[in-house]
Amino acid sequence: MVRLDQVAVTLGARWVIKDISADLGGGVIGLIGPNGAGKSTLVRAIAGLIPSAGAVLVDGAPVTALPLRRRARRIAYLPQGQSVHWPLTVERLVALGRLPHLAPFARPAEGDKQAIERALARTDLLGLRDRAIDELSGGERARALLARALAVEAPLLLADEPLAALDPAHQIEVMALLREEATRGATVIAVLHDLTIAARWCDRLLLIDDGRLVADGDPRDVLTADRIGSVYGVSAFIGEADGQPLIVPLAH
Amino acid sequence: MTKSPVRLDLALALLALLCAAVSLGIGPAHLGWARALAAVAGRGDAIATTIVWQLRLPRALLALLVGAMLGAAGAALQGYLRNPLADPGVLGTSSTAALGAVLALYYGFAAISPLTLPLFAILGAIAGLVPLLLLAARSEGPLALILAGIAIATAAGAGISLALNLAPNPFAAVEIMTWLMGSLADRSFLHVWLALPCIAIGLGVILLESRALDALTLGEDGATALGVNLKRTRTLLLVATAIGVGGAVAVSGAIGFVGLVVPHLVRPFTDRRPSSLLLPAALGGAALLTAADTLVRTVPTLEEPRLGVVTALIGVPIFLHQLVRARRQW
Repeated sequence: MVRLDQVAVTLGARWVIKDISADLGGGVIGLIGPNGAGKSTLVRAIAGLIPSAGAVLVDGAPVTALPLRRRARRIAYLPQGQSVHWPLTVERLVALGRLPHLAPFARPAEGDKQAIERALARTDLLGLRDRAIDELSGGERARALLARALAVEAPLLLADEPLAALDPAHQIEVMALLREEATRGATVIAVLHDLTIAARWCDRLLLIDDGRLVADGDPRDVLTADRIGSVYGVSAFIGEADGQPLIVPLAH
Repeated sequence: MTKSPVRLDLALALLALLCAAVSLGIGPAHLGWARALAAVAGRGDAIATTIVWQLRLPRALLALLVGAMLGAAGAALQGYLRNPLADPGVLGTSSTAALGAVLALYYGFAAISPLTLPLFAILGAIAGLVPLLLLAARSEGPLALILAGIAIATAAGAGISLALNLAPNPFAAVEIMTWLMGSLADRSFLHVWLALPCIAIGLGVILLESRALDALTLGEDGATALGVNLKRTRTLLLVATAIGVGGAVAVSGAIGFVGLVVPHLVRPFTDRRPSSLLLPAALGGAALLTAADTLVRTVPTLEEPRLGVVTALIGVPIFLHQLVRARRQW
């Protein structure tokens, strides 16, 4: 699906992403690493929003060479801290996800309406569809923004911190949704901070530190106490709860 | 308080047409509406036909056209810049158009033909676009564009002040000042034919880009990820509003407030998508400007009050009322 071949990104004079190579196809792939490691930059490079050295290939074609609308149908992108500039209703917001599918001047077709309904239903927002986005709680708002990205129904979903501002129940709800997307055959790449959630819900983790890919693989192999210590600078307790990893950062 | 877009558009279109019909029946010659409307339909007597076709119809058409352009440009720029304070003046094009017109007045070119002044204004709008596009090409965000617009408007304003400052005689200065306050008096079909293509281009391109404006609700990255070519949208919108607003300013002078206020007046009746706002803002602008232009001819003052003054006088109370009442300000 996505192939990263020696990807490097520079912002100003600083190399923010250095020489990252990986094949990303299928499942829920967690992108983890400390603040400022370059996770969001890497996601934006995969989305084709910023130029990068090396190659970002989506289904074999360089992402920046894809026609914009076709790329938009293939890659759904949920930015970190997405702002919504006008107080649209939830339904109107979610409907924006269908823009890449609309032919010029065409009205939304039956298929578009169904995709909007599906996205609203899956994020449990059917009852809030007529509510304005600025009248929602933080959790509802995050779900509405995710629904907007889901409505694209793209084979690749990039979610930059989809769990920010969510309580534990909604965090689990959103991760379950992302899993469901992966089960439907989509590739989901999500930037995450909670290591336990990353370990429990992701099929694969990419650990990034200072712009470099320092580990890539099964969550249990990536998240060792040594690595957490060297990358995050904290000691961590790594245990198990109902057969799944449990990671608790303890002290500096 | 309907949110049905068709009903809103129909209601505003009817309102604009009603204002235009009232405007046709009003003037120094007391024709009465029956005679005036018969003349429009081509079944009037000779005097009524002359008055209506030479004076009142072009004036009513220009009020509709200019109002529609200013309203739609305001709505489009508020959407594009994601800023409820934006209006057609924010990018400086109305100022540079006014500067073009003032230069025509200052150097006396305006006396050559009734079309010289509007042509200078359109040239001014296009000239103002050049630095704006050069600056816009270097940055993505709306803020740089707004700041560039302010710089251009300030420079054009300084040019206008200089012209007033150096005006060869008081009459020239008064002529410039009067033009700047905006008016549709003594316009002919020549002006309509000059403004119409500019405004048609402006309105047409704005409507074509309506989906891009919706996508920009999610910011620049969000819009790009939805397949919007931001460079294309920016260039098209800037050029279109400059040509359209330039054409409007060219025939009417600088008319403030319509472009800022009309989008705010109609927004509560829409679903608040920038695209839903364009047509209602155009129709509302047409209605407001036609109403204002009718009012300037009915108030019994010696000199006809200037249009820009009256749009502000009508618009401000409605605007303030809405600001006080509204829970949201945009």
